[in-house]
Amino acid sequence: MLVGQLMQQGYQCFGPGVENGAIVLHELATPDAIPRGLQAVQSPGRYQLTQDPEQRYFAWANGPQAIKPLAFAPTESLWRVARDASGTLQFSAVLPAAPKRALIGVRACDLAALALQDAHFLRAGARDAHYAQRRDALLLVAVQCAAPAATCFCASTGDGPTPTAGYDIALAELADGFVVEAGSARGQHVVDALRLSPALAQHIDDARKQGESAAAAQTRRLPGRNLRDALMSQLEHPRWDAVAARCLACGNCTAVCPTCFCHAEVDQPALSGESSAHVREWDSCFGESHGHLHGFNVRPDIRSRYRQWLTHKLAGWHDQFGRSGCTGCGRCIAWCPVGIDLTEEVAALTAREATP
Amino acid sequence: MTGAQKPRVAVHKFSSCDGCQLAFLNLGENLLTLAGRVELVHFAEAGPLDPESEVDIAFVEGSVSTSEDLERIQHIRAHSRLLIAIGACATSGGIQALRNGVFDAGWVTQIYSHPEAIASLERSTPIASHVKVDFELWGCPVSGPQIVAVVNALLLGVAPRDNVDKVCTECKRQGHPCVMVTRGIACMGPVTRAGCGALCPGLGRDCYGCYGPAENANTDALAAQFKSLGLTPRAVVHRFQSINSQAPAFLAAADTIRRRGDD
Repeated sequence: MLVGQLMQQGYQCFGPGVENGAIVLHELATPDAIPRGLQAVQSPGRYQLTQDPEQRYFAWANGPQAIKPLAFAPTESLWRVARDASGTLQFSAVLPAAPKRALIGVRACDLAALALQDAHFLRAGARDAHYAQRRDALLLVAVQCAAPAATCFCASTGDGPTPTAGYDIALAELADGFVVEAGSARGQHVVDALRLSPALAQHIDDARKQGESAAAAQTRRLPGRNLRDALMSQLEHPRWDAVAARCLACGNCTAVCPTCFCHAEVDQPALSGESSAHVREWDSCFGESHGHLHGFNVRPDIRSRYRQWLTHKLAGWHDQFGRSGCTGCGRCIAWCPVGIDLTEEVAALTAREATP
Repeated sequence: MTGAQKPRVAVHKFSSCDGCQLAFLNLGENLLTLAGRVELVHFAEAGPLDPESEVDIAFVEGSVSTSEDLERIQHIRAHSRLLIAIGACATSGGIQALRNGVFDAGWVTQIYSHPEAIASLERSTPIASHVKVDFELWGCPVSGPQIVAVVNALLLGVAPRDNVDKVCTECKRQGHPCVMVTRGIACMGPVTRAGCGALCPGLGRDCYGCYGPAENANTDALAAQFKSLGLTPRAVVHRFQSINSQAPAFLAAADTIRRRGDD
């Protein structure tokens, strides 16, 4: 019903589905295209699809990506340059087509991460037109997490499992239906058109309790405090060597991280020699070129790259953005091919008895 | 460079399957554009034959695998301003380098009806083992976009961009879920150079390392993970001993596993 209404209002709808063994947000062809019973078991380095015995629509925690690629494109042209008939170079901006898109099934951790991406890409005086164009066209339908994965720890970062801000519409899935709440004028417009009956106090209470038990069910955690000093005082901790021995420096953690925003810019000249595209693509602090300065590399080894990632995410972000860069989605744990667990590394690095 | 002085280009073949030359031929419209911007002096597979003359850029496909190859590569180097090695054979010795260290003349008589016609060296070696190479393009085969990027850079007079990142970077940009994580299969992507566009993981299968080692390839960690996914030590060795068996990082990885004694 909701998807149908969104489609009627001209939104391209993205919702959960299965692609290549994972739950993804992909374009929905029809209003009834959201499957029931999707679920995934997640553990360090493993992600396996299962079936929810209760056949709910949203009893899954998350997939490898959610909002990030739809706002911060993995690869896109920023501008082009071409030589005109007189031989003069003509520069032109390339802006993305940004159709109205509704994303159905985003989570509290995703919304918290989007707020951080906004803080980076839309900051005053440095508004990124490409990001802004896509971002402004997004209508976000959030869903309360009722069944967090073993890799989730949003309760400890204060970002979930119940969405509290940043959505246009929020849903809580109960045994006998959904509790729907509008979070913006745009969302209200959609909800009004649905002509729903008011939620009973019992339903609202059930949704609250469902959120509380989802939080209580989480087994991993990050310390809720600012870890900047705790981590920055451990820059020579032997644990960095231990984790570097396991880390592949493949960058998967940064690609699936909903807050990582690093990118590289490359020029792609046409073979004719008459035009060139200036392209931005996702980059990673685990790559060689990320630490490349003229003539040398400031992070030549895996140890320094892992340390850069972790200390930026959990320490440097406090200075840049006033909070940590982790929203507890656990993707870096599940999607690390060798199963490195961020929460375990932080615990080891900040444990007082392990201080050398 | 001006139209009046088009750079002279040669494409040479050594011991190889010709697949990397096909990357040129498969460029489509770009091949016509390329033909307009350079003078293709020698490219046997496309037509022009003049392996002897001076060129600005020589692309060399294939490994040095015969005694004739040994002489020919010296000649080409001496007559080329820039020499670009293209493909796994030229950069690591290729699949035919699997014979290195285990070559047995007995095989030749078993396999070929006219063994006297075979004049292979005991080892298949990359071009850089014999002459100075100005740039290496890895891959089996190299891709069209790689070729275009290198030619473009050279025509513009800048150093080609050497993409030493892992296949994973391309894989994630394209939104493919990691096949190691979802299916538990032994993907070489985390130690393999980008450039293919994550072709295999995009089709739901494992990368088999045909682009050779990436920088900072943590082969020990990947080998350990392959074992925990259920591969035998021998199977792990085979993952590294394939198309780029002689690439130093992959050779060392296989040697380490063997040295640990349980292969």
